[in-house]
Amino acid sequence: MRIIFSIITAAITIVLCYILNTKALLPAPLGKLLSPQHGIWQNAEPLDADFNQQITLKGLQGNVDVHFNERLVPHIFAEHENDAYYVQGFLHAKFRLWQMEFQTIAAAGRISEIVGEKALTHDREFRRLGMVYAAERTLEVMEQDPDIKAQCDAYTAGVNAWIDQLTESTLPVEYKLIGYYPEKWSNLKTALFLKYMSYDLAARENDFELTNALAYFGRDNYRLLFPLQQDSLDPIVPGFIGTDSALQVIAPVSYDTIQPVETNMEVFEKPVPEIGSNNWAIGPTKSANGAAILCNDPHLGLNLPSLWYEIQITTPTFNSYGVSFPGSPAVIIGFNDSIAWGVTNGGRDVRDYYEIQFKDESRSEYLFNGNYLTTTFRYERIRIKDKPDYIDTVAYTIHGPVMYESNHQPRGFGEKAWAVRWTAHDPGKELKTFNLLNRANNYEDYVAATKFMQTPGQNFVFASRSGDIAIRTQGNWPAKWKEQGDFLMPGWDSSFLWQGFIPDELTPSQYNPERGFVSSGNQKPADSTYPYYLGMDYPLTRGLIINKMLHNFQKASIDDMKKMQINNYNIFAEMALPLLLKYTQQHELTEEMQQYFNILKEWDLVNDPTSKGSTIFEIFWDSFAAMVFDDEFKNAPKVIARPLSTTLLEALIKDSSYKFVDNIETRNPETLEEITTEAFRKAYPKISEADAGGRLTWSKYKDTRVLHLARLEPFSRLHLPIGGGKHIINATTTTHGPSWRMIVSMGETIEAFGIYPGGQSGNPGSRFYDDFIDDWVKGEYHSLRIINNKSERDPSIKWIMQFKPE
Amino acid sequence: MLKWIVTVLLIALLSFALCLYLPWWSIAIAAFMVSLLIPMRPVFSFLSGFVALFMLWGGYASWMSSENNHLLAGKISVLVLNNDNPFLLILITAFIGAIVGGFAALSGSLLRYSALKK
Repeated sequence: MRIIFSIITAAITIVLCYILNTKALLPAPLGKLLSPQHGIWQNAEPLDADFNQQITLKGLQGNVDVHFNERLVPHIFAEHENDAYYVQGFLHAKFRLWQMEFQTIAAAGRISEIVGEKALTHDREFRRLGMVYAAERTLEVMEQDPDIKAQCDAYTAGVNAWIDQLTESTLPVEYKLIGYYPEKWSNLKTALFLKYMSYDLAARENDFELTNALAYFGRDNYRLLFPLQQDSLDPIVPGFIGTDSALQVIAPVSYDTIQPVETNMEVFEKPVPEIGSNNWAIGPTKSANGAAILCNDPHLGLNLPSLWYEIQITTPTFNSYGVSFPGSPAVIIGFNDSIAWGVTNGGRDVRDYYEIQFKDESRSEYLFNGNYLTTTFRYERIRIKDKPDYIDTVAYTIHGPVMYESNHQPRGFGEKAWAVRWTAHDPGKELKTFNLLNRANNYEDYVAATKFMQTPGQNFVFASRSGDIAIRTQGNWPAKWKEQGDFLMPGWDSSFLWQGFIPDELTPSQYNPERGFVSSGNQKPADSTYPYYLGMDYPLTRGLIINKMLHNFQKASIDDMKKMQINNYNIFAEMALPLLLKYTQQHELTEEMQQYFNILKEWDLVNDPTSKGSTIFEIFWDSFAAMVFDDEFKNAPKVIARPLSTTLLEALIKDSSYKFVDNIETRNPETLEEITTEAFRKAYPKISEADAGGRLTWSKYKDTRVLHLARLEPFSRLHLPIGGGKHIINATTTTHGPSWRMIVSMGETIEAFGIYPGGQSGNPGSRFYDDFIDDWVKGEYHSLRIINNKSERDPSIKWIMQFKPE
Repeated sequence: MLKWIVTVLLIALLSFALCLYLPWWSIAIAAFMVSLLIPMRPVFSFLSGFVALFMLWGGYASWMSSENNHLLAGKISVLVLNNDNPFLLILITAFIGAIVGGFAALSGSLLRYSALKK
């Protein structure tokens, strides 16, 4: 009898262990997850964790000392340059491994491997966009450059040195929760990460949306909705830049008579178009301390762990400080002993779609200039968790991969197929730009470095200790004829191909301009005299307010620059509010409505966290724009471009009887007075609802959040009390904003300040996970102290990690 | 009673040692082995495994969590339990260890009993 009991209890024990080790019955393998020696408790980093350590590693050439300050920012001192990248890789992995790998897995279209079939659409989209193809091509060129190859090899070795000594206990907590294990790092993963940035930044095209708009509205109305020029444009580089004598592009004779056909497709999620950034530099004539001062705040998706990792790299040849990308070697935005640099996104249209006419269903040949050309096929094997692999056969043409077709439906339809031509497919050595900037000494070095920047094209701002300032709108920009690539193009006619790239001497750039400053806020780089087509829809407003403020400064201090970066003045409202107030017939509003209308009238045009006027303005303007356009768009295709808010505003400033004001669904023509008044009436329920819910103050209404990359809410920071928004220098929206604020005064002694909304550790169980966020919300800065050599004992240093070669 | 306390301590110690090298379920091996070697009535055996692992897992988890000011436990408890309650997470941790330890110890004790009977 006892033997039976003993067998039963033994069986119970084994079954218990099995259940607690798998997700078979429980939502999570609780035994594995909660074991104090293996599971999540191991990730609960003690508040007083000691980061002092001596580490011996294979592959180092010499000694490397890392001094961590009290914010866990490493200052790397290496005897050999590549050892610095080795240790940078090691530290990125030590503090950010899960994020690094997740971003590259997303870029490679491999999320299905982790989360299963629900990610298949994402994965197919990324594969068909040619992300892996692009990374492979770029890697090839990167590795032909011995310096870049050595830099990447060292970085990869450093990441793998960390991965090699991982145990079940020391795995980042996300791996434990989701239940997978990191792979080895490779140079390809670094290339994939850089392509991920291209996906995020070099994707501003609306080819399908604009084609549908043109088809639906006809050319005259289309032009009114999407004008070629912005009246109030203050371009990055004002004035005449040059003529196209070096490369002339010729539009196909027929291009503007083509009547496009509506494409009936699914709505597909794209990167948020509001991604933008600010940068500027003032010369010695404008600054209170007589030094050139450089400021930069790139606006990106706000995530935890942060995209950025603060670092100082010191080698025998250079000493640079700034933020780096976990996933890539070098400092990306920062400064060294001689110069400072920063970037904003170029945002030009570098991705076009060409319609492909296959000869037959085999897709092995397609029409081009009257002949049939052979396609090549790339087989994309997508592994799916708990399911058989999915194999996508992607046809490649002279344009690029066929992204959309009948068997890939987000946008393909019927028999039509679209190939994508994208500059990110062209191999480039973007990493070389940063490798060279880290060691640049002067303006000439900066120009030489930025020339390697192809995609994503960036506006590089520059300031040096010698008092020079500059800006270059750098990138590999296709030289386009008017409207080329705004619409889908025929892929069988060579006259629609890109005819070349803009020659370097026509890159809009400025060096020590008379006005004493350079700046960019993602606005159009040059005015209409520029010899090539630059596209239409650039963000207009931040550039205006930045230039206005910089113009007005006589002698600006570092504090002035800080105040400017966190400035919440709404220049769009400055132009739009008088119009709304003028035309709204207040006496036709109910008393309850008038209460809110009066708040709006008294609003100071500043989107501060506690402002109620900002919220009312936002709801009112949205309601107004909807009143103006919704009737026209009611029967339009689902996927269609909408005019920018600045387009509506500029149209009304010019002409209060703007054609689209009239509601086409009524018999009588409406006036602007009627439309604005009605817009306020329609906005009222939303305003009063926000008020009743205690969400009328701007920060509550906007509800800024910094989300964990896997969207795990407890690992995110929600409901941040911060102002700012669209059109504002402090461009903090609900999910996007200044991902890094930096100010560097390049005087006799360099004074630098910076902050990003995150923390140096990617571990949600570390006190360094999100410890910068509260200061970032308050608009405060950390002092960025470049330490000259390792014997210097800076008071901010708390821990020392020493690396020795094996 | 003293024997029981020694058993509890031995199970806890062996569990800790095995977990340095083996997966978490090696706690079952530890409890099973100890109660196979030290004769005790099955009910006390169960209690020895249960108490040993309850103390080891509960104590270890609460020590690590308090060093961390319950920063991570708070977040994980929201994630897993939908409730910001680090203490409950520690309790669940302790109970999971305890129940596995208890049954493993009971199995060991019963096996010894039946083997001796023969």
